[in-house]
Amino acid sequence: MGATETLTLNMGPQHPSTHGVLRLVLDLDGETVVRCVPHIGYLHTGMEKSMENEPWQQAITITDRMDYLSAMNNNLAFCLAAEKLLDLKVPPRADAIRVLMGELQRTASHLLWLGTHAVDIGAMSVFFYCFREREAILNFFEETAGARMTPSYIRIGGVAMDLPNEVEEKIARFIPIFRDRIDEYWALLDENPIWRDRTIGVAPMNAEDCIRHAVTGPVLRAAGVQYDIRKVNPYCGYEQYDFEMAIGENGDVFDRYRVRMEEMRQSMRILEQVLERMPDGEYAADDPKIVLPPKERVFSDMEALIHHFILVTRGFPVPPGEAYASIESPKGELGYYLVADGSEKPYRARVRPPSFYNLQSLPHMVTGNMVADVVAAIGSIDIVLGEIDR
Amino acid sequence: MADEAQTTAPAASPPAVSPIKSELDRIRAAHAGAITDVEEQPSRGMFWIAVRPQSIVSVARLLRDDPALDYKMLTDLTCVDRPETEKRFNVTYNFYSLSRNRRLFLRVRAAEGEPVPSLAGVFASADWAEREVYDLFGVVFEGHPDLRRIELPDDWDGHPLRKDYPIVGKRPVILYNNVKEII
Repeated sequence: MGATETLTLNMGPQHPSTHGVLRLVLDLDGETVVRCVPHIGYLHTGMEKSMENEPWQQAITITDRMDYLSAMNNNLAFCLAAEKLLDLKVPPRADAIRVLMGELQRTASHLLWLGTHAVDIGAMSVFFYCFREREAILNFFEETAGARMTPSYIRIGGVAMDLPNEVEEKIARFIPIFRDRIDEYWALLDENPIWRDRTIGVAPMNAEDCIRHAVTGPVLRAAGVQYDIRKVNPYCGYEQYDFEMAIGENGDVFDRYRVRMEEMRQSMRILEQVLERMPDGEYAADDPKIVLPPKERVFSDMEALIHHFILVTRGFPVPPGEAYASIESPKGELGYYLVADGSEKPYRARVRPPSFYNLQSLPHMVTGNMVADVVAAIGSIDIVLGEIDR
Repeated sequence: MADEAQTTAPAASPPAVSPIKSELDRIRAAHAGAITDVEEQPSRGMFWIAVRPQSIVSVARLLRDDPALDYKMLTDLTCVDRPETEKRFNVTYNFYSLSRNRRLFLRVRAAEGEPVPSLAGVFASADWAEREVYDLFGVVFEGHPDLRRIELPDDWDGHPLRKDYPIVGKRPVILYNNVKEII
């Protein structure tokens, strides 16, 4: 045997399987990865800095653009942290709408993940089916919030506006259809020998390594760790809904796929219960110093007009303090660490992006594996470069 | 324990025993003098312990390895810049214990140019997080295995998340104009 030489392969930033602009520098010995160095930052636009220069309520628009596949969850995490600073209570209807939107968004995000992940591994048709259902969910968002990708619908104090007519009925009709559709994806993939060959035992990561790397979300649960913030630290009244935490065993790509499939099913269960028990009442807190007054009152009531003017032009002050709130986003633990100094703008807004920490564990997952498995591994951790780079 | 009572935020019914008493007792027993101050907001579930920079590694290791504390996850690591204070960089560590469902924040205050010991050898998650704080704030982490910029290009000038860094750029951005090698 002569001396072997390693080959350095540059993968990305423009590579279809890197889900955005991620660059990996791989050192290969034959087809085995001996070193993997991810390079990020191509989408860095200083969003945290921008948030420090926006009034609290308007900083929500920036959160939309971080994890642009689950904008509602980003809105929600920011609002929960800001409400912690304000000690603001949200009415039950607003909480229920937040859960409704959050679970729809989780399903939409998982659908996009499933479609692109399947394309990466070579199953083209799943992609089209998944986008068909995601389209239906984005239509609900369009109807409710007026935007599909960047709704900025969840606001500090509640939500931007009440649910429009009939959208609840439409979602209720969508749930049984979607349940059948999940079974269809299941039939396409679960027993598919190519799919199983490409995923079972690939890029495994055990529970201890996941925790060491602060990996959260479906990747952590696929390794068998019972950590779902909706269960362990419920927010928005998740404790009143009956659902199960999806758990895997082996922590490989296949288990991550199974966990996300099960999460979509559980999301449907939650949606059903939310719709069943949707409380009446206000959709935002009754605090005119924070929540925008309804438009019809702005046109008829002097006081409401003044509040509207002040809130839009200047915003509201938030008492000094620091607060951290985290939610279970589709990718994992999404946390906001907000610092207020008593002014109308955040002094510091730190996002704890789940994808950042999940991606950090990629070299650990792929070193020693085949180069083709790198693509499967990237797909299975479900990264969004928008929130990694911010 | 006297200084702890002073820093506790006044609440309607202050708890007789601090919820993080076991943490404080164990840190004090193992590393006397490590803690500089404590802040508690039990109603929000927020607890901060400020420690001296030279103690952060041993305190973090204690939090992780002591079975009674069991903070196995360093969820996040970030920094808050307060340029008006002498030690302007508040490096904030966000620890989480899965078994006890408890969150704890450690804080290290460092002046400009003052190095902070790296936690990358204790928690793998600190690696990129410290690189990000180095990149955006310019805090140097001593003992970090690979302290490079992570978000910005390697030849970037300044640290944008510092409060004295302007929001409007000083020069047009030309990225990767002088690339000699890929690593």
